[in-house]
Amino acid sequence: MSHHQLDARRLLCPMPVIRTQNKVNELKPGDTLEVVCTDPGALSDIPAWCRINGHKVVKTLEQGDEVIITVEVGDQ
Amino acid sequence: MTQRKAVSLISGGLDSLLATKAILEQGVHVEGINFFTGFCVEGHTHAIRKKDKAKPKRNNALWVAEQLGIKLHIVDIVDEYKDVLLNPKHGYGANMNPCLDCKIFMVHKAQQWIEENGFDFIITGEVIGQRPMSQRKDTMPVVARESGADDRLLRPLCAKNLPPTLPEREGWVNRDELFDFSGRNRKPQISLAAKYGFTDYASPAGGCCFLTDENYSKKLVDLWQARGHRDYEMDDIMLLKVGRHIRPSANFKLIVGREEGENKFLQGYAKSFISIKTTSHPGPLVLVDGIANDADLEFASRIAARFSQGKNADSVKVETRRPNGESRTLDVCPIKASDMQESWYV
Repeated sequence: MSHHQLDARRLLCPMPVIRTQNKVNELKPGDTLEVVCTDPGALSDIPAWCRINGHKVVKTLEQGDEVIITVEVGDQ
Repeated sequence: MTQRKAVSLISGGLDSLLATKAILEQGVHVEGINFFTGFCVEGHTHAIRKKDKAKPKRNNALWVAEQLGIKLHIVDIVDEYKDVLLNPKHGYGANMNPCLDCKIFMVHKAQQWIEENGFDFIITGEVIGQRPMSQRKDTMPVVARESGADDRLLRPLCAKNLPPTLPEREGWVNRDELFDFSGRNRKPQISLAAKYGFTDYASPAGGCCFLTDENYSKKLVDLWQARGHRDYEMDDIMLLKVGRHIRPSANFKLIVGREEGENKFLQGYAKSFISIKTTSHPGPLVLVDGIANDADLEFASRIAARFSQGKNADSVKVETRRPNGESRTLDVCPIKASDMQESWYV
């Protein structure tokens, strides 16, 4: 299991979701991915994408203008 | 019997929601696919404009997939889509919308996807007569043929008005349980949504694509005319969605933030463009797109001052900054409202 990071700052939805999806597709079940976004829409979109595709949001943090969402990759 | 697999083009609207549900009800495994062209209305303007931030945000394609309990694959087609927009074989609709070529392209991408992923057929929410360009009786076969999907393209909402497709002929789906919707009347869809128990679905009045919007299309054409060639980058199409666009001269235009959210968004581009900010009075962030010499910048600064709280002052201090970091402070007289020409507004 490994931890990864993704910079999705300045991207507007759905781009942060697309980048998250593409990165998750390269990872293994149990890996975690920390996504840093500036579009607050990611707060609803990335968890929705995780729910329908079998992944889990393990942490959400709002820090100033940034939203940091940590995703744990599920069985794909 | 092997469970058949279909991919459904999910826009986030009602028709694709219903078409997918109808096929799920028949026991077919369905996954959704959603294409991002860069011109999708979805999400962007809400994210940019502060005044909209109180409204709940959701991506409707994701919402639809969640309602249906299906996976959704979102595909970035921004680069490939350029050729569709710049060279549409079937031309444009009322504005810069290449709807028929767009539909053919998306179904073609879905066809590639089913081949790569071992799926059997494609579903769309198309209804004959629903859209003036892409959803007509005569264009339905064009989409099937030119996309390469042929009879693996099933439109469940109007299937009974069309010849049987492969999934119907092979018995993968029961044609009798499909529909015969046609025209722009939405009552059959609303009634079917009620039957399936869907209530909170999206119904965008102007469609989900900026290219169908007259004002957006004008800005795009203006951009091409000013640059002398038809092309665009992702940043261009994003910036056309934001601010007032004012072209006082053929060689440059101003993008003026209209409120805090837009100013913040434009700030992200301040290192790539000339920017103007009033410093003696509160005012918007203004980007200058194009080539501007010092005299142009002084004139642009007078316009920027017009949109600041110092618009009626004799003199407003502004800071101009070029992408190389070079900055100048100017004292300018805001341009009079009567001197702002209507034709400058793109």
